[in-house]
Amino acid sequence: MKKKIEEDSKSSNSLSKRSKSKLTNSEELHRIEMKQQDPKIRITNFEEVSLGLTEEMVELETQRCLQCGKPLCISGCPVNIKIPQFINLLKEKNFIEALYKIKADNLLPAICGRVCPQETQCEQACILNRQGEPIAIGYLERFIADWERKNNLKECPECAAPKGIKVAIIGAGPAGLTCAGELAMNGYDVTIFEAFHAGGGVLIYGIPEFRLPKDIIKREIETLEMLNVKMEYNSIIGKILTIEDLRDMGFKAIFIGVGAGLPILLKIPGLSLNSVLSANEFLTRSNLMKAFRFPKYDTPVKIGKIVTVIGGGNTALDSARTALRLGAEKVIIVYRRSEAEMPARKEEYHHALEEGIEFQFLTNPVRFIGDDNDNVSQMEVIKMKLGEPDESGRRRPVRIEGSEYLIDTDTIIIGIGTRANPILTKSIPELKLNKWGYIETDENGQTNIEGIFAGGDIVTGSATVITAMGAGKKAAHGIVKYLQEKYLEKK
Amino acid sequence: MPYEILEKKELGRSGTIYEMVLRTPLIAKKAHAGNFVLLRVNETGERIPLTVADYDREKGTITLVIQVVGKSTKLICNQNVGDQILDVVGPLGNKIHIKRYKNPIVVIGGGVGIAPCFPQAKELRDAGNEIITILGARNKGLLIWKEKMKTVSDELIITTDDGSEGMKGVVTDPLKQIMQKRKISLVIAIGPLVMMKYVALTTNGLGDLPKVKTFVSLNTIMIDGTGMCGCCRFSTLEGDIQFACVDGPDVDGHIVDFDNLLKRAGRFLEQERDSMECYDEECRALEQLKKEVI
Ligand SMILES: Cc1cc2nc3c(=O)[nH]c(=O)nc-3n(C[C@H](O)[C@H](O)[C@H](O)COP(=O)(O)OP(=O)(O)OC[C@H]3O[C@@H](n4cnc5c(N)ncnc54)[C@H](O)[C@@H]3O)c2cc1C
Ligand SMILES: Cc1cc2nc3c(=O)[nH]c(=O)nc-3n(C[C@H](O)[C@H](O)[C@H](O)COP(=O)(O)OP(=O)(O)OC[C@H]3O[C@@H](n4cnc5c(N)ncnc54)[C@H](O)[C@@H]3O)c2cc1C
Ligand code: FES
Repeated sequence: MKKKIEEDSKSSNSLSKRSKSKLTNSEELHRIEMKQQDPKIRITNFEEVSLGLTEEMVELETQRCLQCGKPLCISGCPVNIKIPQFINLLKEKNFIEALYKIKADNLLPAICGRVCPQETQCEQACILNRQGEPIAIGYLERFIADWERKNNLKECPECAAPKGIKVAIIGAGPAGLTCAGELAMNGYDVTIFEAFHAGGGVLIYGIPEFRLPKDIIKREIETLEMLNVKMEYNSIIGKILTIEDLRDMGFKAIFIGVGAGLPILLKIPGLSLNSVLSANEFLTRSNLMKAFRFPKYDTPVKIGKIVTVIGGGNTALDSARTALRLGAEKVIIVYRRSEAEMPARKEEYHHALEEGIEFQFLTNPVRFIGDDNDNVSQMEVIKMKLGEPDESGRRRPVRIEGSEYLIDTDTIIIGIGTRANPILTKSIPELKLNKWGYIETDENGQTNIEGIFAGGDIVTGSATVITAMGAGKKAAHGIVKYLQEKYLEKK
Repeated sequence: MPYEILEKKELGRSGTIYEMVLRTPLIAKKAHAGNFVLLRVNETGERIPLTVADYDREKGTITLVIQVVGKSTKLICNQNVGDQILDVVGPLGNKIHIKRYKNPIVVIGGGVGIAPCFPQAKELRDAGNEIITILGARNKGLLIWKEKMKTVSDELIITTDDGSEGMKGVVTDPLKQIMQKRKISLVIAIGPLVMMKYVALTTNGLGDLPKVKTFVSLNTIMIDGTGMCGCCRFSTLEGDIQFACVDGPDVDGHIVDFDNLLKRAGRFLEQERDSMECYDEECRALEQLKKEVI
């Protein structure tokens, strides 16, 4: 392994002399593994699966970091956290400074440490990944955020002096929250309008408690409130207030971060049978409305004996693992491509396997079959094989004619993706959208309408938490520039 | 943002239907006939859809008419003047299309569905239409808003299943008679699914009566009310899928697959019963506690 790295001239160029000399040393240590709840036990509760790192583990893991002169990890991170610096501070046990270092670039480390696909971002770029054991950057990020929480600290960066200029943020998902935080730190008077009764977007209604405790999101929002960000819940913009209303209320710039929340339903026979539902419905019932605590909470969720989930992304995996915890005897995931193409976070896939979820790859639903009461009882599927690459670069699945078979199932959850919600965009007819209904912006997040910016899933289509945050941050900088030029420099 | 209950009164004589006025200034400003709100009473509550049965833009209030059918409606109706509702979201759904039609409009309200008919009849009559109203209820005690509907109707017909008020029979009886005598431009039917199904069957032009455009208001189970979950979806007779919250709630009654909708409406019956039992148990325990304290 060591030899391979030295042969690779590009990679050794990016190593400082100091780090090269340490390479041997770091090889003796292995990537830390995080403790987890036992799979047999965790499928009976909604508590967090991964239990975090101890200080001792952090000590070992930080020793492995080479402190590269030209760190690749930073460019692998969509918001460019100063990764080697914070790891160094951790190594020195200067936790508070490590926290500041992260928060300067990322206000939501407790969330990103848990849900970012590190294996395709910072950890993929890490030089040690060439030996298959990148630094556990995500775990370390999570450690420092958990340390803050355990010590009841709520560290938020210094704010600039108030500028007396109001900015409206539509949608309290990761994009909106990040944009709000950046603007507040720059001294702007920020109000977030959120459709639901709670903030967080997908983090609160989509991602389950056992992967991201809701308490964490609540705290992150409290941190924003400490920065004087105002939250207006139950406010669907386009319904209760229009963009014109917001302008009349004195908002000088508007950021749209409404996500891509509309479920894509499979248009195949049997869709209207009972117990065929979208992952959005299933997860919203369980997460946002806390149906997993029915009847203490009033929203019900119905779970059958054999649950089949369609899809291969985080949404499908979250649905499957939630179904298991709600008491399903057997959970099957049906995905039309193969294991290698699954877009879900790797760690979640491993967790799902450990929990006993059955995967049927290269399998696609043909129709849902019901009983006399219109309750679903079976799903007909067909086998697929991989053909030529499609526009996503992944090999396109094609049907193997005549390979249909039946799966007995009494609940079907469809988690094959989402698209843009037109409620807001329909209310602004002059806003430029692309052919899929997503908002078009320039590189500063500016839309075709002056003073209106956008970012996150409503611009890119379903992506990740961190890309949405990156977009929120970029738009915040665009907004600052716009407001400065228009209102501040003139004064 | 708190949403205070400003008025509450019982309607009819069944002890199950209440009228409530809520302070919701922003919603009141934007509400139109056809809109609904989603309401969550408290932290553990579910989000349930209720029609904006009236609004007062100046006072900043909306009126809801609620029939107790399960836990959540009972919980709301147990709240009193001065209490706060935790969450009210709206106005949701499409407002109805208001225009002047050539011939009269028949507005049919069944049971608690009478209340949502009021703003529709009112706005359509204000636009110069002739409104013939048919109100149906199982019995006199369940008949609500008769006087209020009179103020927005040119003609008012009442039917009860048991004949305790008005004609004995169901709403489709007078509807058929009217359709035989006169040309009708539009029928609006709001009430139980079964009632709306039979009204749609009467006006679909497949029998001896002429076809008349018919709007029904779908009261499917909902969560977000913004098209995000698909829980409220219904199937058309041609097998297409639509969402009641964003494509409706008022939709062309002739395209709706009512039989499927009736089966979907019952999909949580077991849980609903459990929820109601738990709540009743809680209420009894609370009563007991109050007695003991006194
Ligand atoms: C089940 C699931 C699991 C996922 N797991 C991961 C993961 O592990 N890692 C990862 O990186 N990504 C994951 N993702 C993707 C990630 O969550 C999203 O890419 C990200 O949340 C997008 O952020 P956003 O701010 O653009 O939108 P959203 O998170 O969708 O937030 C949009 C917010 O806007 C609100 N809103 C919408 N319309 C209006 C309106 N008209 N007025 C006011 N408010 C409005 C919504 O209620 C919502 O709160 C997952 C997604 C799902 C569905
Ligand atoms: C657009 C719309 C407007 C409505 N307007 C009114 C109104 O003005 N006044 C009124 O009294 N009711 C109205 N409803 C119906 C009202 O929402 C339900 O009666 C209420 O949600 C039942 O809740 P529950 O817990 O009391 O009863 P549950 O125990 O949940 O259910 C009792 C029965 O009501 C049906 N039901 C359950 N949940 C819902 C739900 N979320 N939506 C609809 N039906 C449900 C079930 O099929 C069940 O048979 C409306 C529904 C919709 C969709
Ligand atoms: S209520 Fe969720 S889509 Fe209509």
